[in-house]
Amino acid sequence: MPDAQPSVFFAFLPEWIMLAGVLVLFGLTLSSNRVRAARWVSLATGAGVALAVLATFNVEAVIFDGAYRVDTFSQWLKLVFALGYVGCVVIGHNLKDIRGDIRPEYFFLLATSVTGFILLAGSIDLITLVVALELSSFPLFLLIAMRRETTAQRSQMESAVKFMMFGIAASGVMLFGMGYLYGLTGTTSLPLLVERLQPVIHTPLAIAGVTLTLAAFFYKLAVFPFHFWTPDVYQGASNETTAIIGSLPKLASVLLMLRFAGAADPGVHTLAVVFAVLAVGSMFYGNLLALAQTDFKRLLGFSAIAHAGYTLIGLVALEETGFTAALYYATGYLFMILACFTVITRVSRDGTNLAIADLAGLHKRSPLLAATLLVGVFSLAGIPPFVGFMGKFSLLTAGLQQGFLWLVLLAVLNTVIAVYYYLRVIHAAFFTDPPQDADTTPLRLDPATTVLCLVLIAAITGLGLIPGPFLETVNASLSSIRP
Amino acid sequence: MNLPEPSAGLPILSILIFAPLIAAAVALLLPAGRAVWWWTLFATSAVALFSLSLLFGFDSSTAEFQFVEHRAWIPLLGMEYALGIDGISLLLVLLTTLITPFCVLASWTSVTLRTREFMVCMLIMQTAMTGVFTALDFVLFFIFWESMLIPMSILIGVWGGAGRVYAAIKFFIYTMAGSVLLIVAIIALRLETGTFSIPALMDQPYDRAFQLWIFGAFFISFAIKVPMFPFHTWLPHAHVQAPTAGSVLLASILLKMGTYGFLRFCLPITPLATVELAPFILWLSIIAIVYGGLAALAQSDLKKIVAYSSVGHMGFATLGIFSLVQNGTVGGALVMINHGVTTGALFIAVGILYERLHTRDLAKTAGVGKHMPVFAFFLGMFCLSSLAFPGTNSFIGEFLVLGGAFEVSLTLAIAAVPGVVIAAAYNLRILQRVAYGGTNNPDHSAVADLGLREILLLTPFLVFILWIGLQPAPFIGIMEASIENILEIISRAGS
Repeated sequence: MPDAQPSVFFAFLPEWIMLAGVLVLFGLTLSSNRVRAARWVSLATGAGVALAVLATFNVEAVIFDGAYRVDTFSQWLKLVFALGYVGCVVIGHNLKDIRGDIRPEYFFLLATSVTGFILLAGSIDLITLVVALELSSFPLFLLIAMRRETTAQRSQMESAVKFMMFGIAASGVMLFGMGYLYGLTGTTSLPLLVERLQPVIHTPLAIAGVTLTLAAFFYKLAVFPFHFWTPDVYQGASNETTAIIGSLPKLASVLLMLRFAGAADPGVHTLAVVFAVLAVGSMFYGNLLALAQTDFKRLLGFSAIAHAGYTLIGLVALEETGFTAALYYATGYLFMILACFTVITRVSRDGTNLAIADLAGLHKRSPLLAATLLVGVFSLAGIPPFVGFMGKFSLLTAGLQQGFLWLVLLAVLNTVIAVYYYLRVIHAAFFTDPPQDADTTPLRLDPATTVLCLVLIAAITGLGLIPGPFLETVNASLSSIRP
Repeated sequence: MNLPEPSAGLPILSILIFAPLIAAAVALLLPAGRAVWWWTLFATSAVALFSLSLLFGFDSSTAEFQFVEHRAWIPLLGMEYALGIDGISLLLVLLTTLITPFCVLASWTSVTLRTREFMVCMLIMQTAMTGVFTALDFVLFFIFWESMLIPMSILIGVWGGAGRVYAAIKFFIYTMAGSVLLIVAIIALRLETGTFSIPALMDQPYDRAFQLWIFGAFFISFAIKVPMFPFHTWLPHAHVQAPTAGSVLLASILLKMGTYGFLRFCLPITPLATVELAPFILWLSIIAIVYGGLAALAQSDLKKIVAYSSVGHMGFATLGIFSLVQNGTVGGALVMINHGVTTGALFIAVGILYERLHTRDLAKTAGVGKHMPVFAFFLGMFCLSSLAFPGTNSFIGEFLVLGGAFEVSLTLAIAAVPGVVIAAAYNLRILQRVAYGGTNNPDHSAVADLGLREILLLTPFLVFILWIGLQPAPFIGIMEASIENILEIISRAGS
């Protein structure tokens, strides 16, 4: 129950645990090759953060001189980040595709990045926000480059450089936009900034400021035309790294977009149109190019662009229903993409990229993995009873509520296009017999993977059928984003 | 119409919906093999028996929804967990619960690989199908409606015939493409009225243009499911490639979801648009009847004949429903039930033949009747029912439909008559070839006649064919009040 005066220490408990975990991991990187220990510390840290979030779930506090807020909203997101983190660590397993001598460092950098994400959930000052954002991004650049070098594939460096260059450029644009916002309002505190932006939100300068600021988040979410890094990075990074890049940053960027878009109301038509155009571009670009892919990760990369488009429909509405829907969808998406990557990392021999054709006969090799894939992929396709459906449904409702019928119709057209390539995955896994020379031995799953598969299936179905608690908390706390 | 107060006592409908799902979870824990089969048979039979209890509490004199259940579900998005049945849904729920055990029974020999997964798919299908016919919240309805896609495509794609993958994917994409507009219509209705509750959406004064758009969205998704000409092209593939149990589910229940959609949504929610567009739909139905018949006549694969005959029969159903007169609409609803019984039976019969001869080619199956007299008897009765022979169920249904068509327009009714003749032609062709055809070439003397399981499997279908054929009153009586109510809404809107 909410304390009258929760201590700073208690309110910041999840972050303390995360930071402690990072320190321990740093210590582990100093001695030689302690991969197993690093993995266990990571898992313990993730679980510890999740528990700490649950313990501080009802705490409401603004700490560090108004730079950081702890409320139910931020705790929900921290919980999702912590669970996503645990999922990523389990997916990474023994990091078979990372250079052998730097595996503990991998866990250390991952934890650092997650610290950034968790801090993002609570940051309500431009400065803390930028610091947290960069803290979450920079380790990811390194993680991509840490893939084992093989003669067959040497693209990890190219991917890392691409990701970094785009990222830095986007950050630059963001800072430029933030400069405008600061100039208009004279404050770096977000609640104050959003409030002072209200009277001038219809001016070109304010709209330019907000849009430019959002550019960095468009880049992270892979919105067209900020998406160019996506397929290449998905393909070039190791499977476990792609799982991280494809899941956690998406949710973080939606969260950040809401923080800034919250300054506008449905009357700010220009901003709505910007979102709508980007949404349509992303959906069509992502879905049409995904149709032609043979590499499963690349396919997911293009589908990520399409999903960024769907998510933007929630922002087009520029009001609570839409914001809630966008956040709900991004949360659901995190679990779906983790489900897909669990399958990718387990099916892929020695960590190489996985072609869709390599999934052949999966339902015979491992029924549980096949079921996980089925749930994940059909949820991405938006088939009930999974979260992908309920998420799209709430997004479409929000869009239609503001009269964007054309956008909604284009969105449903896109879901039909998308079904085709998702069915190709299902086709390979369920309806195709593997070729003669293929590996058909049953896949043995370790207990952690088995649990992860079951949890992901339960989360995707559960969030789809009983989203009530999540939606209500998010919706109720959005008032903290809007003035 | 407002939702009546939730009924006290057992939540019968919820039990009917979720019992198969629980049974599926148990099946996953059982060892593979026969145990799963027995368990599924037991579970579905128990559900079937339990569903009969609906008959005792049902009051057929009112059009109100009964056995209503009503709980908060996702208040923020305005969704409720609301269930209830009227006369139309009662028969369809019973059809679903009663047919499923026979699908299990029919899979004793035909499904030997991955029995457990097969049965799990069947049970999930049952949950979704029962849910479709009982949901009173539009989103809940849609969730059940779409959830069916996954298990059904897997049933076709994994256990089907040689062209199964193509059929499964075509089925999936077709149905999915149809239903995305449905979801937009559902949201639009909610924004217009502020509710997803199906009874509350009925009989509202929406303006004409809105009704036309909503009707259009409804129509595409339901017409694909029925399937109506020209949206029928997925059906022959899906039917032919699906395993016997899948074909039966598809024909007996899934197609009914389309016509159920017309009755439950198009007519009472968009009455103005229905009246305005009914003439076009009636002619589409006539085309379906004649085209389906002619196409059936041209096939040599037994399963394809039955598949195309479905197009024709469902044409009768839509012809009756959109005649918008009492006789016709009741007839249309009865044709739905009849088609469920007769075509289900025919698919099982064809499946039995295929298991013995490994072919469904009309020429190669010729003459088995001599060596399988019991089978020939059943097949003969089913074919007679399919051609609407007096004394069988289809006769009553099609007679009422044609009567309704006459009330609408003479030309329409006359145009439908060739369909009846063609139906006689292709059914007698089956009978003539299979039962009486060339007895020596090919040689079928080694083929065994029906065993006890198969006789048990087919007899109930025959019982219903004759029961509805000779004493249709109780069946019509159950749904009469509900249909009367729907037609009243239409005439109110028209005036």
